Amino acid sequence: MITVSSARKNYGDFVALDDVSLTIPSGSLTALLGPSGSGKSTLLRAIAGLEGIDSGVVSIAGVDVTREPPQRRGIGFVFQHYAAFKHMTVRDNVAFGLTIRKRPKAEVRRKVDELLEIVGLDGFQHRYPSQLSGGQRQRMALARALAVDPRVLLLDEPFGALDAKVRAELRHWLRRLHDEVHVTTVLVTHDQEEALDVADRIAVLNRGRIEQVGDPVSLYEKPANEFVMSFLGSVARLGGQLVRPHDIVLERDRLAALAADARTPASPGVVTATVERVVRLGFEVRVELKADSGERFAAQVTRAEADRRRFQPGETVHARADRPADATEAEPALAI
Amino acid sequence: MTTTRRSVLTLRTLALAYVLGLVAVPILVILFRTFEPGLAVFIESIRTPAAIAALNLSVLIVAIVVPLNVVFGVVTAIALARWRLPGKGLIQAVVDLPFAVSPIVVGVSLIMLWGASGWFGGLQSSTGIRVIFGLPGMVIATIFVTLPFVVREVEPVLHEIGTEQEQAAATLGASGWQTFWRITVPAIRWGLTYGVVLTVARALGEFGAVIMVSSGFPGVSQTLTLLVHSRYIDDHNTYGAYAAATLLMGLALGTLLLMTLLDRKRSPR
Repeated sequence: MITVSSARKNYGDFVALDDVSLTIPSGSLTALLGPSGSGKSTLLRAIAGLEGIDSGVVSIAGVDVTREPPQRRGIGFVFQHYAAFKHMTVRDNVAFGLTIRKRPKAEVRRKVDELLEIVGLDGFQHRYPSQLSGGQRQRMALARALAVDPRVLLLDEPFGALDAKVRAELRHWLRRLHDEVHVTTVLVTHDQEEALDVADRIAVLNRGRIEQVGDPVSLYEKPANEFVMSFLGSVARLGGQLVRPHDIVLERDRLAALAADARTPASPGVVTATVERVVRLGFEVRVELKADSGERFAAQVTRAEADRRRFQPGETVHARADRPADATEAEPALAI
Repeated sequence: MTTTRRSVLTLRTLALAYVLGLVAVPILVILFRTFEPGLAVFIESIRTPAAIAALNLSVLIVAIVVPLNVVFGVVTAIALARWRLPGKGLIQAVVDLPFAVSPIVVGVSLIMLWGASGWFGGLQSSTGIRVIFGLPGMVIATIFVTLPFVVREVEPVLHEIGTEQEQAAATLGASGWQTFWRITVPAIRWGLTYGVVLTVARALGEFGAVIMVSSGFPGVSQTLTLLVHSRYIDDHNTYGAYAAATLLMGLALGTLLLMTLLDRKRSPR
């Protein structure tokens, strides 16, 4: 378990961590999610000891490590840009932590081979980092971090430098690895999809503060505020309220729309809009709309529905929210 | 298009002619003159007692200066690249000073500092150590003129490699020293090698600063460079000067070759 209590960190006038308290349960895979400058990387580096904090306490497995250097925190750290030891082979990279600890050669060799097999780099022992792809380098970095049997594994935007396809692959791979190894893992990311995909817990950070902590489903379904809602998943603003684009229902018949809306509590009301564009994104279809008030928003419908309804650019529709987000402050619904 | 291509060709020819005419030709002339009378004459000319003593002295000075500059140069480069220091700009300027100051001025200032009537002149009367007109003076003068090379070659490499590898080593349990030896040193090796080669070449070839602080006695306090000068100017021994110059060049080239070979052997690719 990792506990951070009342951590503060300033860089001159910039507040990187503003009284942050967070508990990360043992064996969990927690994502620190937030935009750049939200303090998520600073928080991770503070847990690692790569960054000091101005005040507050960091403890790992019940031990106060606030004043301990990274060497004595029992951590494994993975950097966004791999931080591969360029002059060492893959084997020497992974063995580094064990060599430093002067473990017997045979044990080192066995452990390194075992880890390389786990991360799928078996047979790459004698390559140099420059001979590996980005994804392979990052898997090597993971093996290197795991070699020292860390109590916690800290990953700083680990897939940020990789292209979309490799990123998705590694994400699933990391999830499977975590299910096997069960080491407490903290992952920093600015990619909400990544957080929702791999993490079992997400802490959303904004401007050096933690906005909400919870499991992916509850964060998505019950966001604590507009920031969390708009950061986790896409949103549309309908009648002054934030709603999920897939919750927007488009009706051609105004009366039907009003009748359905009347049955929906705390709804943002019915907004009359003009279809501007219909974009097919594989399975889903995005209908881009312009409200009579001039505000633009998008609704998301399934392909089947789009095929059935055949929305055309230029036509007028009536939009309502099927299930308004109950988290957002109840703003006065538009008068019908 | 053709005019651009022609101008590019002209520019290339000019640049090559410039390099060849100003650098390669003089060196080739010296080599030609040296070996014109035959190898035996050359060997005889560089085996006189004065020449052997000069060679030994030059190598001794290099052997003292290079390790000192490596240690202090690397530490200074790390300080400049990694530490948060007040007045860093001033230190940068001081490191570059030897490039800006004429070596002869360095010689004069060393005499003013360490000479019999200089600020630290008392050292000689109290301990008997002769700095000016002795080996220490020549070493100090050589250190002064060669100081920037290691710093200036290593510092940009440190900036380039960044701190992530060092941080990664720390998270894996490596102490500061372990990180330095296992991560930092291998990473800066090329810059360091080049800095050492430049230092050796300059230390062997330094004339202005060294002639000021050396008594210049043949066989005692004459470096190889000073020998070339004295043979040519004082002894009117033109051939002897060519031969000594060739030996000097051979030494510098030998160092370059040796360092490259050593590095290739240790380097993985």
